[in-house]
Amino acid sequence: MIGGLFIYNHKGEVLISRVYRDDIGRNAVDAFRVNVIHARQQVRSPVTNIARTSFFHVKRSNIWLAAVTKQNVNAAMVFEFLYKMCDVMTAYFGKISEENIKNNFVLIYELLDEILDFGYPQNSETGALKTFITQTGIKSQHHSKEEQSQITSQVTGQIGWRREGIKYRRNELFLDVLESVNLLMSPQGQVLSAHVSGRVVMKSYLSGMPECKFGMNDKIVIDKQGKGGATEEAAGKSDLGGSGGGGGGGKQSIAIDDCTFHQCVRLSKFDAERSISFIPPDGECELMRYRTTKDIILPFRVIPLVREVGRTKLEVKVVIKSNFKPSLLAQKIEVRIPTPLNTSGVQVICMKGKAKYKASENAIVWKIKRMAGMKESQISAEIELLPTNDKKKWARPPISMNFEVPFAPSGLKVRYLKVFEPKLNYSDHDVIKWVRYIGRSGIYETRC
Amino acid sequence: MPAVSKGDGMRGLAVFISDIRNCKSKEAEIKRINKELANIRSKFKGDKALDGYSKKKYVCKLLFIFLLGHDIDFGHMEAVNLLSSNKYTEKQIGYLFISVLVNSNSELIRLINNAIKNDLSSRNPTFMCLSLHCIANVGSREMAEAFAGEIPRILVAGDTMDSVKQSAALCLLRLYKASPDLVLMGEWTSRVVHLLNDQHMGVVTAAISLITCLSSKNPDEFKTCVSLAVSRLSRIVSSASTDLQDYTYYFVPAPWLSCKLLRLLQCYPPPEDGAVKGRLVECLETILNKAQEPPKSKKVQHSNAKNAILFEAISLIIHYDSEPNLLVRACNQLGQFLQHRETNLRYLALESMCTLASSEFSHEAVKTHIETVINALKTERDVSVRQRAADLLYAMCDRSNAKQIVAEMLSYLETADYSIREEMVLKVAILAEKYAVDYSWYVDTILNLIRIAGDYVSEEVWYRVIQIVINRDDVQGYAAKTVFEALQAPACHENMVKVGGYILGEFGNLIAGDPRSSPLVQFNLLHSKFHLCSVPTRALLLSAYIKFINLFPETKATIQEVLRSDSQIRNSDVELQQRAVEYLKLSSIASTDVLATVLEEMPPFPERESSILAKLKKKKGPGAVSVELEDGKERGELNGGGDRGGDAAIAASNASTPSPSADLLGLRSSAPVSGAAPSAGSLLVDVFSEAGPAASSAGVNDDGFLSSAPPSAASEDPAPPLPESDELLNKFVCKNNGVLFENQLLQIGIKSEYRQNLGRMYLFYGNKTSVQFVSFSTTVSCPGELQSQLNVQTKTVEPLVEGGAQVQQVINIECLTDFIDAPLLNIKFRYGGALQNISLKLPVTINKFFQPTEMAAADFFQRWKQLSQPQQEAQKIFKASHGMDTEVLKAKLLGLGTALLENVDPNPENYVCAGVIQTKAQQVGCLLRLEPNAQAQMYRLTLRSSKDTVSQRVCDLLAEQF
Repeated sequence: MIGGLFIYNHKGEVLISRVYRDDIGRNAVDAFRVNVIHARQQVRSPVTNIARTSFFHVKRSNIWLAAVTKQNVNAAMVFEFLYKMCDVMTAYFGKISEENIKNNFVLIYELLDEILDFGYPQNSETGALKTFITQTGIKSQHHSKEEQSQITSQVTGQIGWRREGIKYRRNELFLDVLESVNLLMSPQGQVLSAHVSGRVVMKSYLSGMPECKFGMNDKIVIDKQGKGGATEEAAGKSDLGGSGGGGGGGKQSIAIDDCTFHQCVRLSKFDAERSISFIPPDGECELMRYRTTKDIILPFRVIPLVREVGRTKLEVKVVIKSNFKPSLLAQKIEVRIPTPLNTSGVQVICMKGKAKYKASENAIVWKIKRMAGMKESQISAEIELLPTNDKKKWARPPISMNFEVPFAPSGLKVRYLKVFEPKLNYSDHDVIKWVRYIGRSGIYETRC
Repeated sequence: MPAVSKGDGMRGLAVFISDIRNCKSKEAEIKRINKELANIRSKFKGDKALDGYSKKKYVCKLLFIFLLGHDIDFGHMEAVNLLSSNKYTEKQIGYLFISVLVNSNSELIRLINNAIKNDLSSRNPTFMCLSLHCIANVGSREMAEAFAGEIPRILVAGDTMDSVKQSAALCLLRLYKASPDLVLMGEWTSRVVHLLNDQHMGVVTAAISLITCLSSKNPDEFKTCVSLAVSRLSRIVSSASTDLQDYTYYFVPAPWLSCKLLRLLQCYPPPEDGAVKGRLVECLETILNKAQEPPKSKKVQHSNAKNAILFEAISLIIHYDSEPNLLVRACNQLGQFLQHRETNLRYLALESMCTLASSEFSHEAVKTHIETVINALKTERDVSVRQRAADLLYAMCDRSNAKQIVAEMLSYLETADYSIREEMVLKVAILAEKYAVDYSWYVDTILNLIRIAGDYVSEEVWYRVIQIVINRDDVQGYAAKTVFEALQAPACHENMVKVGGYILGEFGNLIAGDPRSSPLVQFNLLHSKFHLCSVPTRALLLSAYIKFINLFPETKATIQEVLRSDSQIRNSDVELQQRAVEYLKLSSIASTDVLATVLEEMPPFPERESSILAKLKKKKGPGAVSVELEDGKERGELNGGGDRGGDAAIAASNASTPSPSADLLGLRSSAPVSGAAPSAGSLLVDVFSEAGPAASSAGVNDDGFLSSAPPSAASEDPAPPLPESDELLNKFVCKNNGVLFENQLLQIGIKSEYRQNLGRMYLFYGNKTSVQFVSFSTTVSCPGELQSQLNVQTKTVEPLVEGGAQVQQVINIECLTDFIDAPLLNIKFRYGGALQNISLKLPVTINKFFQPTEMAAADFFQRWKQLSQPQQEAQKIFKASHGMDTEVLKAKLLGLGTALLENVDPNPENYVCAGVIQTKAQQVGCLLRLEPNAQAQMYRLTLRSSKDTVSQRVCDLLAEQF
């Protein structure tokens, strides 16, 4: 029960304001501006309670989206809705910026009318929305009666996310496994916390109403099938294996802590048989989201060495080691080494890539374009300090890192993805399938 | 920053500031600042020395960043370096940075102080001013320590420039306010005062702030400033406006200075010197005259300046409060402002008039504006002005216009703002009570008040009505009639129901004769409101019902029916349920006599400070001041009824009145239970054995002899009574003759006899030394209440007592009513030049006026039973401090003055006595029972008398004897 939804620009001016329930007054708009956007201290919590009213906000570049409610709602639901709202807007008009929002405000109100009814989220599937909320108003007038009734029956029917009668000459299917790996490591190399949050994104160009089945190396499924027939597994491997397989190897199955599915997945079947079967929406969708915390392959190891030479000098040496198959290449590597607040000058020497002291961010930023597995590289810096009055010691924030690797750090592998379309004349073998693994850094930090 | 002119501007700074202003988001701003900080750090770190200009620029940037709210932890050193520059702009920025960012960093403070010292001694006025400003801005203790000695010297030095003097005066003021102990003016005082004569008006203006502050702390040292201030003021006031050139503000000569002078004068009483006073009065008259002149300019600044002086002058006149002529003129002037179209002026006029109203000279003059003020109360737009009008009405109220003002306030109350309603209600209640000529008017007013603004009528207000109605016989019938009529309204406020319930319960019988308000009608009326009321009110109504049963036996069946109903007897609220059960039992079991005793009419309440007044005082607000002023007046006017109540009963009812259950009966709620139970118990069963101690302990002032001693002063004032005088007193409770006091010099013997309510006491003063006592004098005084309770007449004694001789003094005593304290005897004489001052308590106690009464056992028990109200009984259980010898006990009991009754108590160990205390006002029958317990060495002493204070007092006295 979302009471209202507001969109602000970076100055706190209201761009969009839609109130769904009477318990939200006009002053709620100002309350959020005053207490969050213009707050003296930066507000870090995404949920703010002001006068018994809860504000849930997300920020996209300079734009604030805030959902307001006076009831005790499921916060996760509200955020899910806000993210969906962002996705829908991106799908309609690209980047969420002040200008785009101002240019499309009629469209946004139209969307808000459709995806929230009296504060309850309804259909937020872009594909479905696009059939009846179009950006060019003229087109909708040419809808015939049948088309309109078709839209109605689709949106209100059982499979609201896919319409019937889709036809492709080539049946293609793309599967991306996108993971971000988060790490906090002690200076001695002890893992303090690590987890991977991943998504399986699917792009399908399939005819008719295909029934799909998705399999991966989830521990529970593997264990269950280990007793039964292993034939299916073999079949899946022959189909899709190969391209995956980062550094770890050996481990056949992974333990998934929790996962969520796209609405098209039949949950009853998953609960009963642990099999993921669904009729996919046409085009792109996020099939599932998951999280693992065990047996994570850490693609990089950061070894920091900080030495304080007197009060006015600091020597920093950082070594990074890549920890995956030598045949694979990591990309877009960036190491960020924080500098003390009283830095007055920095000299950097690095063997590979480029390093620079960025005063505006109080950090040395070291960028490497490409790096193969099982290699190591090193940077050393001399930091000059200005003596200060405060006896406060430098807090030594952690060294953080960004990268992109072509495997899944969680060890997840797609075992199979089968497509059945009983009515039309194509079989699983006729579908061209592509699978890709991308592992990115989330918050990947090492203390120094 | 005036110094940053075009040629001298810092371009880098301007660019930086505009960059920051152009930042789209907070993050961008932080990035820009980080970049700039890094740049400044590298510049400061850099090997080549920075020139003054860049140093200034960077320090300025740091200052700007700091003012944006970011931490700055470097650059202090560079700022300190700037202080030693010779360029004004650089020095100024340095000082600015120090003033804003200095913290108590030990090394830097030393450097800064050094730089300041250099500047102070530089003789360059601009630099001196800069450093003085810095000291004042920082104003820390360290600064005060370092410079408190130096600045007064600069201030009074002959060769200091005027501008520096101004700064020095204000700087010193600041240091004085921050750490007064460090700024010692001692030797400079007179020279500082003479700054008032300075040629330069600016210096005078600055100095006068300092002097005002200093003289408010130690007025005596700066007394001389009064005459100087007066002459300065008269020079300004009488000068033509053109004389003062720069210091004339919109045709008003030096308005700020005038105001400050007038304010300084308010620190002192009116000048004693006639000439000075005459001059001052002349000035004040001139100011008042000028107010009448047509304005020289239409600009608002002109009238503002003029009025500022005028109001300051009026507050001075009010402060002096000795010039009737001026007070009346001021009042008239304010009267004009009351109709001014400027709201602020009207506000100020009302506020000043409020203080004027409390002066005896101008009170009448203020009263003439009553119509205008009432009008203001009704028509003002601004709530704060209306509030002032209400305050003023309250302040100007007296006997002559009370009715009008109260009526106006009542009518205004209906539309008054919610924020001031409660205060208004209190004020109306106080005024109505204070100036009530006839009490029916008072009752009408308060009932109206409850009707109009019931929600804002606090408990205190309706308690007070009831207290007054109970204490005044003449108004009870009227009150009953009025509340009865008021309750007829279909919807009444709960407070009205409370008052109605209480008054009808007490005095319903007074209007029961009229068939329209027959008992049953009264009851039905009350009961119709019952269900709409809260629990405390319901409890009060239940008590009223039981009182009805007593007043009108014919309603008994109906009321019992109500009490018996499930909604009462099984009420979920414990208090209500208990009352219903107990009252039901009480009404069905107890005989009419018992019922009549238990449910007797409430005794009158004691006189105490009006609880409403106390409440109003608690509420902050300017009204409170005038309330306090009139507090004294008020005491005498209201309720001259006097002290009719005894202490213990009142204390018990005191305790119950403010309690939420508002117990009508003055009993603890458990009392009816024990009252209902003893149907056939033994005769001497203490009917209220449980309630008794509770009631008495509530009302006991533990030691009646606690002396309210006069302050102890070594000189002629009577000395406080000797600490052992209480003990001495106790010696004489059971005997009439003996030695009262003895020391190395003096012996006092006593012999006394009592008959009825009269007594005669012979005091024998014996000089034990061989030297004569000179200027021997004795006085007997009755402290406090005792004056109205005892009549003591003494004959004077010879002022000379020869060595070894004895003089006699006769004291005649008449007991008017029962009393607690003992009269004080003060003896003063000179022995060998040294003043001797002795205070003693005369052994006059209430039991001296006992007359023994013989009676038979049956008689005794009948009376014992009659005196069964808890407050009539006093009981003490205590340990024997002497032996428990029968004969000694008997002698003591006889010495008490009562008759010892043999063969009365079934237990022969016990002692039973009876007596009547004779006072002029009344006779108080008194029964006593003493139960010794030989094993435990304990006594139980029970006293019953028809007057609660008497039981208590005699019990206390006697308890000390065994």
